[in-house]
Amino acid sequence: MTAPHRVLVLFAHPAVQKSRLNVRLAAAACGAPGVTFHDLYETYPDFNIDVPAEQARLEAHEVIVLQHPFLWYSGPALLKEWLDLVLERGWAYGPGGDRLRGKLLLSAITTGGAESAYARDGHNRFTMRELLAPFDQTAHLCGMTYLPPFVVHGSTHLRDAAAIDAAAGDYRRVLLALADRRIVPGRVQGWPRLNADLDALDLAP
Amino acid sequence: MSDFLLTAFIYLAAAVIAVPFAKRLGLGSVLGYLIAGVVIGPHLLGLVGGHGTGTGVQDVAEFGVVMMLFLIGLELQPSLLWRLRVTLVGLGGLQLVLTAAAVAALGVAVGFGAKPSLAAGLVLAMSSTAIVLQSLQEKQLLKTPAGQSTFGVLLFQDVAVIPILAFLPLLATAPIIPGLTAGAPADHGISRLPGWAQAVVVLAVVGAIVALGRFVLAPVFRIIATTHLRELFTATALLLVVGVALLMEMVGLSPALGTFLAGVVLANSEYRHELEADIEPFKGLLLGLFFITVGAGIDFNLLAREPALIASLVVALLAVKFLVLFGLARAFRLATADGLLFGLALAQGGEFGFVLLGYAQSHGVMTPDQAAPLVATIALSMAVTPLLFVFYERALRPRFAGAATVSDPPPDSGPAPTGEHPVIIAGFGRFGHIVGRMLRANQIEATVLDHDSDQVEVLRQLGLKVHYGDALRLELLHAAGAARAKVFVITLADRAKSLALVALLRQHFPRLVILARAVDRTHAYELIRAGVEHVYRETLGSSLDLGVDALRELGFPAYQARRQSLIFRRYDERALRDLARVHDDKSTYFTRARQHISNLDQIMRADLEQLPEPEDSGWDPPPTGDTTRD
Repeated sequence: MTAPHRVLVLFAHPAVQKSRLNVRLAAAACGAPGVTFHDLYETYPDFNIDVPAEQARLEAHEVIVLQHPFLWYSGPALLKEWLDLVLERGWAYGPGGDRLRGKLLLSAITTGGAESAYARDGHNRFTMRELLAPFDQTAHLCGMTYLPPFVVHGSTHLRDAAAIDAAAGDYRRVLLALADRRIVPGRVQGWPRLNADLDALDLAP
Repeated sequence: MSDFLLTAFIYLAAAVIAVPFAKRLGLGSVLGYLIAGVVIGPHLLGLVGGHGTGTGVQDVAEFGVVMMLFLIGLELQPSLLWRLRVTLVGLGGLQLVLTAAAVAALGVAVGFGAKPSLAAGLVLAMSSTAIVLQSLQEKQLLKTPAGQSTFGVLLFQDVAVIPILAFLPLLATAPIIPGLTAGAPADHGISRLPGWAQAVVVLAVVGAIVALGRFVLAPVFRIIATTHLRELFTATALLLVVGVALLMEMVGLSPALGTFLAGVVLANSEYRHELEADIEPFKGLLLGLFFITVGAGIDFNLLAREPALIASLVVALLAVKFLVLFGLARAFRLATADGLLFGLALAQGGEFGFVLLGYAQSHGVMTPDQAAPLVATIALSMAVTPLLFVFYERALRPRFAGAATVSDPPPDSGPAPTGEHPVIIAGFGRFGHIVGRMLRANQIEATVLDHDSDQVEVLRQLGLKVHYGDALRLELLHAAGAARAKVFVITLADRAKSLALVALLRQHFPRLVILARAVDRTHAYELIRAGVEHVYRETLGSSLDLGVDALRELGFPAYQARRQSLIFRRYDERALRDLARVHDDKSTYFTRARQHISNLDQIMRADLEQLPEPEDSGWDPPPTGDTTRD
């Protein structure tokens, strides 16, 4: 068996004090073995991103997870700033920009709306995969493989402690499976979301 | 004593009446002084003697020229002087040789005799440093291409006087007239030495001045500065100029050249602006006196006897010099408008001409009858020079200034060669020097003024360009370039001084943007009420930073803590401006202040206590009634 993957979770939440679900996912990721948890808003409250440090951190991992609430069909402002500054031309893309090539990129997202609202005929008119196209293409341009997103829908309705615990447990399982290289990108490529059917992924807990 | 007072009164009164009048008419101050001189001179009111008679006054007046060159030297970095070397030697040398040759040829043609003609050529090739530089400075033309070329030529002429003095006796046709040595340079100078020894003396003196400026003056000024006696600093500055001038006279060199050199050596010194501010008023007055004596010295008797001769001499002199200068300007690729200014500026005879004529007479090169019309010609040509400037500005420039280089300062208004910067920082202690370093890291040089000579020395050793001086002196502010700067940063810790400086700046430089440090809240109120828009309470930023970190230690998310401090700051800055208006009325002030504090508490608590997203967040279809969940 080849060496396990190192997983980097980039956590971006501008108001963790108001979060019920995403913080629980963060807590689940935090202690997972083989997983580096990096809180962007905690590290850069004044948006002054240390680009070389961020790039070094990316180079030290094979799987990159962007964990954030789905704000206006995208990530929070600091995540955008991070993408703008860290993914430099000649480093991440463009001539000589091959430092991210071959890595896996996963979006781990919580949404306010239910899954049914993210459909052609739903309230939000587009599917999650469609709305995440900018992240998908970002990964593609940098030579990374973009996995189906890990999405927990309907966070505003999810008041049930058991349901939140379940979502956090699923998230932890996915991260561990990524570290152990038990998720084969080819097998999940067409899925609407990675956590649609975890049992089908045959993940040991 | 009363004699002195009377003389002083006459000169000062003439200047005070004539100069504003001339300025009002757009003629410039130089012409005003000249007219004043003519009026009080022996031929109109007869209040003062003519040229050469009031020799005491004359000597003092000529010292104005010496001071002017010292000030010009102060503004010239040695690197700029090096860049001017082609102009200096090429343009200056050719101007002198060609003008002398042309004048001599004319002289021979009208039967003036070969040797006197050549002497007259050398004498008349000189231009008037005093009139030309004062006029160019007043019209802000000194830094244009034409101004720089003009300056270079004048500087060359200053140097050329020395060999000319050595050369003139060789042209003697008559025996030396012992009685006529007035106005001639002292004969104990280096002209008696053989050529190689002269060169050695010149080099030694120049070296001495450079060494003096480099190694002696800075510590001396530092000691003087620590006494905090302004008049002592002024006295030291005058002592320096007088001393250098004296040294130069002792060895027979031009005092103006020596002080110019001293100025250049001190151009990078931290005391530059303070020196400028100290010497400037003396220079202005003495130069005015000099122009008055030139006006008073015009011999109207001779003019009345031979008007046609003098008039044609003046016209011929101006025409010949102008043609030579304009031709050279074109050869040196100056634009037409620049060439015209250059030609007109230098077309007159100069004050060195008087000296050389006296010397020529005393050495039997010319007879007094030959020299007298030339003296009158030089004086008149100097007198019409301000009119030529007016003519250039009114008639020539509008027509030729397609090459707009003449009127405007150089288009690249980045750091000017004279060291004028867009930012002036007053006070360079622990507050100001961070501002300065921040600007410098962004390639913005600031002119820094500080009144603590020890601090200035320390900062200088760190490689920072700091100038010693009291920012509350208007002359110093002018010398530091406040009239052309964009931003003025006040970081003085003394609140009274800070407020006085604000008042001074708002009165004299209303266009400056003022950014001021406030040592506490009351000071901030006072600055706001004085009209300062940008006020910085010195501890606010650090206090808020500490508050942020305290919140974080207590478990606040970093971004939340940061936002709380930003909200706090925005509200507090607004409250500060509101409270500044009622600061005088104690009861209203405290009521209002309490109100602001409670408002702020509410605002910040509201942001904290805002509930998590409501159930109907808007990302789902609107609820249809019975679907509510707990």
